[in-house]
Amino acid sequence: MKQEEQIWQWLEEVSDPEIPVLTVVDLGVIRAVEYLDEHWRISITPTYSGCPAMNEIEANILEKLKEEGIEDAQVKMVLSPAWTTDWMTEKGKQKLQDYGIAPPEGSSADKSVLFGEAKKVTCPHCKSRDTELISQFGSTACKSLYKCHDCKEPFDYFKCL
Amino acid sequence: MNKELQEYTLRLGDNALILGQRLAEWCGHGPVLEQDIALSNIALDHLGQARMLLNYAAEQKGEEFTEDKIAFFRDIFEYHNLLILELENGDWGKTICRQFLFDTFNYFLYTDLLQSKDETIRSVAQKAIKEISYHAQWSAEWLIRLGDGTDESHERVQSSLNDLWEWSGEMFTPDAVDEAMLEAGIGADLNAIKERWHQKVDQILDLAKLDKPAGEWMQSGGKQGDHTEYLGFVLAEMQHIPRMHPEAKW
Repeated sequence: MKQEEQIWQWLEEVSDPEIPVLTVVDLGVIRAVEYLDEHWRISITPTYSGCPAMNEIEANILEKLKEEGIEDAQVKMVLSPAWTTDWMTEKGKQKLQDYGIAPPEGSSADKSVLFGEAKKVTCPHCKSRDTELISQFGSTACKSLYKCHDCKEPFDYFKCL
Repeated sequence: MNKELQEYTLRLGDNALILGQRLAEWCGHGPVLEQDIALSNIALDHLGQARMLLNYAAEQKGEEFTEDKIAFFRDIFEYHNLLILELENGDWGKTICRQFLFDTFNYFLYTDLLQSKDETIRSVAQKAIKEISYHAQWSAEWLIRLGDGTDESHERVQSSLNDLWEWSGEMFTPDAVDEAMLEAGIGADLNAIKERWHQKVDQILDLAKLDKPAGEWMQSGGKQGDHTEYLGFVLAEMQHIPRMHPEAKW
């Protein structure tokens, strides 16, 4: 196996600190794995500008690679192109669903802007579509808060970005 | 050109930093838990944007500068944020009203900055516009809820709107820096944004059953470093720890 593929596999074992059920690869924040000037360089992009998990993600990646014997890897933060929920893997969306967080629905491009209608989201617990937005801003920057009128449970929705 | 770009970067960064700091004051004091969380989320978005922009400003200023040094070791007259953002939060209605006036402007500004010829500003805009869209939607919804709510909420938010109005004009008043940046294809056309802003504001005020204030005289000075008495208090709270322990490390 090429070492680059091997590194991608190792990264599959680094979980997101805020949503531990997802790996950094599922989340789509790993933008590139390259060998440059005799170092491995991992490029990552923040989900949100102020995402407090980025420093920890960086540290976890370096630690994982160290465990696997790569001592001098570098992590580079890239801003462009900006992260979008479209980059989340299908596997990642399924894991979110199983974890009780509704995964982003549809493309990030159809998001209503400046006083649009709130999106209808499927309840991750009972699969009902009879749900209501409580707040556009939830427990972390990337989630909004919904409630289900059928099973009466509140739930997080990983919002489209 | 380099001097103008540096000041323009600081203006964008300081807007985000000072508003983020003001909104963070609401943390633990929101009227209900969900909205407390909402404002803290919005504050965090602004802080994240401020870090990217001040980091860029530090790169331009030279090796001895860092984002922290720029945030914590500049004094009042070296800050370039809009005056409206440093004013006291007031009640919930006043905070919402300021958010609405500024978010709407910021949405159009960052939409234009997506085309900026400056690579870093363009990248920051690509990231920030997604967050700012959510902010603008949220504050417009709240303005409608309060304006078209109870007699009490209507009266209070109308009075906040009247008070804040004279602070709104600074957003659209271009000076030499804005003109140089527009010329260079880096900045936005504030006159064009002003028109789009008024259209959106008219539409939302109508839904909110609020009257648009008629006053035309506008405050100015923040962009150039002339501030109100309020900024000193914001900086005192934000800066006192790093100034007490300038070399402190986590």
